[in-house]
Amino acid sequence: MLLRHTPKEIAERSALTVNPAKTCQPIGAMYAALGIHGCLPHSHGSQGCCAYHRSTLSRHYKEPVMAATSSFTEGSSVFGGQANLVQAIDNIFSVYNPEVIAIHTTCLSETIGDDIPQIAKKALADGKIPEGKHVIHVNTPSYVGSHVTGFAGMTKSMVDYFAVSTGTKCNQVNIIPGYVEPSDMEEIRRIVEMLGVQAVLFPDTSRVLNSPQTGRHEMFPKGGVTVEALKSTGDSMATIALGRLASGPAARALDTKCKVPCEILDLPIGLRKTDVFIDTLRRIAGVSVPESLNVERGQLLDIVTDMHHCFYGKTVGLVGDPDQLISLTEFLVSIDMRPIHVLTGTPGKEFENRIREITRDVPRSVNVRAGGDMFLFHQWVKNDPVDLMMGNTYLKYIARDEDIPFIRFGFPILDRVGHSYFPTVGYRGGMRLLEKILDTLLERQDRDAPEERFELVM
Amino acid sequence: MSLEQSVIFDERKDQIHRKGDAPFTMGCNRESLAGAVSQRACVFCGSRVVLYPIADAVHLVHGPIGCASYTWDIRGALSSGPALHRLSFSTDLQEKDVIFGGEEKLYKALVELIDRHAPAAAFVYSTCIVGIIGDDLNAVCARVSREKGIPVLPVQSEGFKGNKRSGYHAACKAMFQLMGKGSTEGISPLSVNLLGDFNLAGEIWIIREYFRQMGIETVANITGDGRVADIRRAHGAALNVVQCSGATMDLAKMMQETFGTPFLRVSYFGVEDMAESLYAVARFFLQRDPAIMDRTRALVREELAVLYPRLQEYRRALEGKKAAIYVGGAFKAFSLVKAFRLLGMQVVLAGSQTGTEEDYQELYEITDEGTIIVDDSNPLELSSFLKEKDVDIFVGGVKERPIAYKLGVGFCDHNHERKEPLEGFVGMLNFAKEVHSSVMSPVWRFVPRSIHRGKEPAFTESLFKAGAECRPN
Repeated sequence: MLLRHTPKEIAERSALTVNPAKTCQPIGAMYAALGIHGCLPHSHGSQGCCAYHRSTLSRHYKEPVMAATSSFTEGSSVFGGQANLVQAIDNIFSVYNPEVIAIHTTCLSETIGDDIPQIAKKALADGKIPEGKHVIHVNTPSYVGSHVTGFAGMTKSMVDYFAVSTGTKCNQVNIIPGYVEPSDMEEIRRIVEMLGVQAVLFPDTSRVLNSPQTGRHEMFPKGGVTVEALKSTGDSMATIALGRLASGPAARALDTKCKVPCEILDLPIGLRKTDVFIDTLRRIAGVSVPESLNVERGQLLDIVTDMHHCFYGKTVGLVGDPDQLISLTEFLVSIDMRPIHVLTGTPGKEFENRIREITRDVPRSVNVRAGGDMFLFHQWVKNDPVDLMMGNTYLKYIARDEDIPFIRFGFPILDRVGHSYFPTVGYRGGMRLLEKILDTLLERQDRDAPEERFELVM
Repeated sequence: MSLEQSVIFDERKDQIHRKGDAPFTMGCNRESLAGAVSQRACVFCGSRVVLYPIADAVHLVHGPIGCASYTWDIRGALSSGPALHRLSFSTDLQEKDVIFGGEEKLYKALVELIDRHAPAAAFVYSTCIVGIIGDDLNAVCARVSREKGIPVLPVQSEGFKGNKRSGYHAACKAMFQLMGKGSTEGISPLSVNLLGDFNLAGEIWIIREYFRQMGIETVANITGDGRVADIRRAHGAALNVVQCSGATMDLAKMMQETFGTPFLRVSYFGVEDMAESLYAVARFFLQRDPAIMDRTRALVREELAVLYPRLQEYRRALEGKKAAIYVGGAFKAFSLVKAFRLLGMQVVLAGSQTGTEEDYQELYEITDEGTIIVDDSNPLELSSFLKEKDVDIFVGGVKERPIAYKLGVGFCDHNHERKEPLEGFVGMLNFAKEVHSSVMSPVWRFVPRSIHRGKEPAFTESLFKAGAECRPN
């Protein structure tokens, strides 16, 4: 029992985090930056930060993750990181030759007060930024927010640095997919294309972090949104942002900067949230929903119909990121399951309000926490066990100790594959989630059934 | 060479050497070039990997959440008992703590942890930010230690204060504070401490068993499956046996200076080095126990009798294949070069993140003509070397694995993520098996790298056929 130390009695903690349910802003910024074509993320801080982010992303995606670092030393932290960053920009353009360098800060460079735009300006004045190349940045102190807000910040920076309004609207919609898997970004694009809508999707990590085996190591894989496309977002008809926390800031920035109106929606996980996404897209673009998409919707509904007795009343514990959990909780409630423990490591009261509202009619007391940790979640589960848990790989300790069925969902997933190839958004993603839920629940039922109740047809 | 020229920074040219080109010189032990996609980590990382396996201590990371998240149970350092080290504890510093200081938070976190877990000691890791805001880690640790009656040890591991090696040093300094405190009563005159073994996949248990068979008592594991009480009496051991020189050599030196404990530098990887390590320890104790050499010889003979026939099977399949090595510390590379030789394989690239000049000199001496020796490399360089040398397997860590796989090259994790013990005689067999399983995998038949290097492969039927023919594994 690895977690044998977790006591059942819950005491408020103000100083100590045990087994975190979040990580720091810079890794989110790095992930978002990888969704720009030909972009090299750059970590302005110590070498370790960059190494840890690359390792974690590598473990999650099983892909090479390229990012550079300012390699801070004692000297740079006394005299400031300007010299390191200017040199880094010079080195990166001369050897790796990316289209864009996307700089994010760290707790170290934030605290010593490095002014990135000013340093970038100096690099430009010194002729270190070649014609047609770009340096963008976001401030991501690790002691604020979480990996999700870091992602949101870098996505907003794409707007701040690139979006321009030429005065001539073009017939396209901006889609900000949120902090989701490359497979999800791909699926969102597929849905948009099924509707026949012209779209710019940003960031877009598909074909960057789920790239095929080609026998080559590409420093800059094929995928990612191009700078050209990012510039054009300022002329789009509208923006649809998926996930309020991860995509909201970029959508609002586009509205402010280029007067592109935005709709900020929840992530399209599950039937209703996907309906809302598709309906919004249909309305904005003035298109009609093709029959093929209706079929997918009907298939998802068909699975729920066929198996609704299996979902009835099942209690669930969820750990993850706010945008995902809001939609997932709604989906689970809508199929008659009972999410009774819902926890995110990312701080923010809004999350708790949303989950309370979504679970209002769940006939059980529901624990909700933003800014919590896995230790607290484990205590909840000890006090009120559940039929199923969903969350990142770190939930496996609790699943094992408490012998509770567990589905991997979210970030990071360090011990399974599939998440980078198969989506959980859209109707198809919903079908995949249901398959996982049913497999997991029925597998358990089979395992535990006494011989006389062990059934062939379920 | 044109490809290589385009991927190598001018400043790094003297950190790469091709054996046979010119007299050997190596630029190393220098700060990484800003902007390079370096594979290196930081001071904190170095301290964390060394101390982490001490299983009955709490390890509290004082800093923002990331440093704790990224190091939560990522290293398979097994414990035979307590598993406190596999939990993640952090003060999760927030903006207000950065402004007003985090000492009070640290104090409260420590008290709560110690009250709940009653650990044998607590290690408190300093991170970048703590170094900047100036929290007095020493004072807080001393206060808690006084109040709770257990050692509370600050680890000065601010990320920017050097590289991983500085982190090893900080870890050694923290551990050294424990030493000389426990009773040494009852320790055998034939006794050792095992330094620099982290019990990945249970390796230290294999080594302890060898020493037990030789009649030698192991006092303290430093740090794999480590216990605070053992480390407190480690100064009572007759000899320190030090593996992975970078990580714990400083501790061996401190112990020698203070307690007069002599040390031997060893390696448990590969047959030659494993046997020589046991013989070296036996020679050390020869005067105290003349029979020890016979016991050691018998042990080695017995192990080899089992090992050799099975190794030959792998050797037949692997003969002539090419290997590349890029590891954290250079010391490990020496053993790997020899281990590959034993399998009939040739090492064509050998590099490390933090090797010293002497390390590279030794690498130079034991490698073949044409071998590339490299310090603090990066993915672009590494992939260009792998392609140029057309290697069959790459040995490295987590960041290197996907590069190898993308290129269609086999891989063996000789770092945190090894799943089978690679130390000891049995470890050599596991290593051979692992190399074999990857080098000979049928998957490479579908990855026609040899004939399509530099071209864009298109997935046509003819290409699949051509690929299969070109890699008749």
